[in-house]
Amino acid sequence: MSWLLALPIAIPFLTAVATFLARDIPAGRWLSVIGSGILLIAAIVLMNAVLSEGVIAGQMGGWAAPFGITLVADLLSAVMVLITAIVSVAVSIYALADVDEKMERLGYHALFSMLIAGVVGAFVTGDLFNLYVWFEVMLIASFGLLVLGGRPEQIDGGVKYVALNLVSTIMFLTGIGLLYGMTGTLNMADLATAVDNADQQLLTVVAVLFMIAFGVKAAVFPLFFWLPASYHTPAFSVSAVFAGLLTKVGVYALLRMFTLVFDNDTAFTHTILLWVAGFTMVVGVLGAAAQSDMRKILSFHIVSQIGYMILGLALLTPLAIVGAVFYLVHHIVVKANLFLIAGVAQRIAGGTELSRIGGLYKSAPFLAILFVVPAFSLAGFPPLSGFWAKFLLVKATLEIEAWFIAFIALAVGLLTIYSMTKIWAQAFWEPHPDGVEPKLSKLSAHDRNAFLIPIAGLAILTVIIGTMPEPFVHFAERSAAQLLDPTAYITAVLGEQP
Amino acid sequence: MEILFAITIGVLVACSVYLMLANHLLRFIFGLVLISNAANLTIFVAGRLTDGAPPLIPVGADAPAIAANALPQALVLTAIVIGFGLFAFAIVLVFRAWTSLNSLTPDEMRLAEPEEAHK
Repeated sequence: MSWLLALPIAIPFLTAVATFLARDIPAGRWLSVIGSGILLIAAIVLMNAVLSEGVIAGQMGGWAAPFGITLVADLLSAVMVLITAIVSVAVSIYALADVDEKMERLGYHALFSMLIAGVVGAFVTGDLFNLYVWFEVMLIASFGLLVLGGRPEQIDGGVKYVALNLVSTIMFLTGIGLLYGMTGTLNMADLATAVDNADQQLLTVVAVLFMIAFGVKAAVFPLFFWLPASYHTPAFSVSAVFAGLLTKVGVYALLRMFTLVFDNDTAFTHTILLWVAGFTMVVGVLGAAAQSDMRKILSFHIVSQIGYMILGLALLTPLAIVGAVFYLVHHIVVKANLFLIAGVAQRIAGGTELSRIGGLYKSAPFLAILFVVPAFSLAGFPPLSGFWAKFLLVKATLEIEAWFIAFIALAVGLLTIYSMTKIWAQAFWEPHPDGVEPKLSKLSAHDRNAFLIPIAGLAILTVIIGTMPEPFVHFAERSAAQLLDPTAYITAVLGEQP
Repeated sequence: MEILFAITIGVLVACSVYLMLANHLLRFIFGLVLISNAANLTIFVAGRLTDGAPPLIPVGADAPAIAANALPQALVLTAIVIGFGLFAFAIVLVFRAWTSLNSLTPDEMRLAEPEEAHK
């Protein structure tokens, strides 16, 4: 079964090589779409296998766990790989129109596939040091994508992004070193039991080190400043895939480590996480309210939404984890889509600065409808996917009578509506200040299709999750049960425990 | 021996934090190089220091009382290689920042996030 686990990593790697070799050929860009398509098929097969057989684990290189490198997929990993593949397909189609030939020659598609490989690798690895390596693969590809094109704003944003992410990387590495020194293992399933024998106080210190390292990646308060400094500078397809996937890898790592390994002192660690979650939600949404550029508003909303996912993890009740998993999946689809729509708005209306654009509702009603779906899903309107995600989390807070954090979650939802209506009013409703009519027909048929097909696809997915939430909630419940009781995970990796 | 390593790591981290807090990108990069070496040393020490013990034991031979742990060295080697790539990129990026922004002072780099115009 281990080839099933290795395929989603191998496919984007091969795609990266192929697209790099074909970077000067115009047809080369289709390789990226084809590669993403094959990845999607592999992800679906993996998902099927995990659904029918439970947790799948494979040892790479033939060394038995905990000595070899373990790849392992439980429901959470499988769904993250699947959603990564979906975003990858959407963005690679979108890039057909968004990415110009100059960027292609510089290797945009190869970097993009490399980024996807890193993200998928981080989701399926069962080894802590291997997780570090995948983080680095992802990071170096994202560095390249961020500054590709070399406009001064990109360099400026890039410096801050690179600096803070490198610091987080070193924190992560130090944490790995200390954890290894304490337990003598780096296999995540093995660590789950090995930490019980370690010095518990020292373990809490190491847990906080990991919390900071992953917190920077996940862009939580007060470690998120690199995100709004950089996410609005690169090409739109790049910021869409960043917005959808990168911070979520940090959230995934937190979710994995703080349910599997660092669950010894939850009164301490998860209380910190709860405060962090509250501040992240509030600061993110207030930051968004102060912005007037579409992409900057959306960037701050990533931060605020991350808070909800951390809230689910911090509460650590079954329902809260269900909410966090549901939120994670819903958010990736919605957020990537909003950045893709911002790209179209920029192309036809001439910018993303809200005061300089307008008239999109009158001239491009189809785009307006497509914007409404993810925007109001983000804000949590029923019957869209965001409503159920917020509903689950708020219900989880009410269940344990955490009134204050429930109030914050609801208030932040309201402020999210404020930001979304601001974009709606200024970019869509008000007439364009220069009297331009931002029609979709301005785009060539090729560009129009490449832009609108992925946007429509992701919007339909949002509506499907929203109108038929039952199978998705049920799935999130199963996934949360696996996270909270990692016996199946540990058995799959290490075999039957005595 | 561990004490010596611990002190070295502590001094490295202290120096690098001082450098990274300076308002200058080049110093920040130097600080980053130092702190990444501190992290590598941490992994090395965490794998236990063994003096003159063999890391590999021939097939069939009796295991000696003390054997060297080769894994931390493999980890450190990986981390060094990755770190080398990252720093190469970071240094080129800082050079690009110098040529296109004409500044290496983070406080002055406000192109992506312009200051609010005072009204």
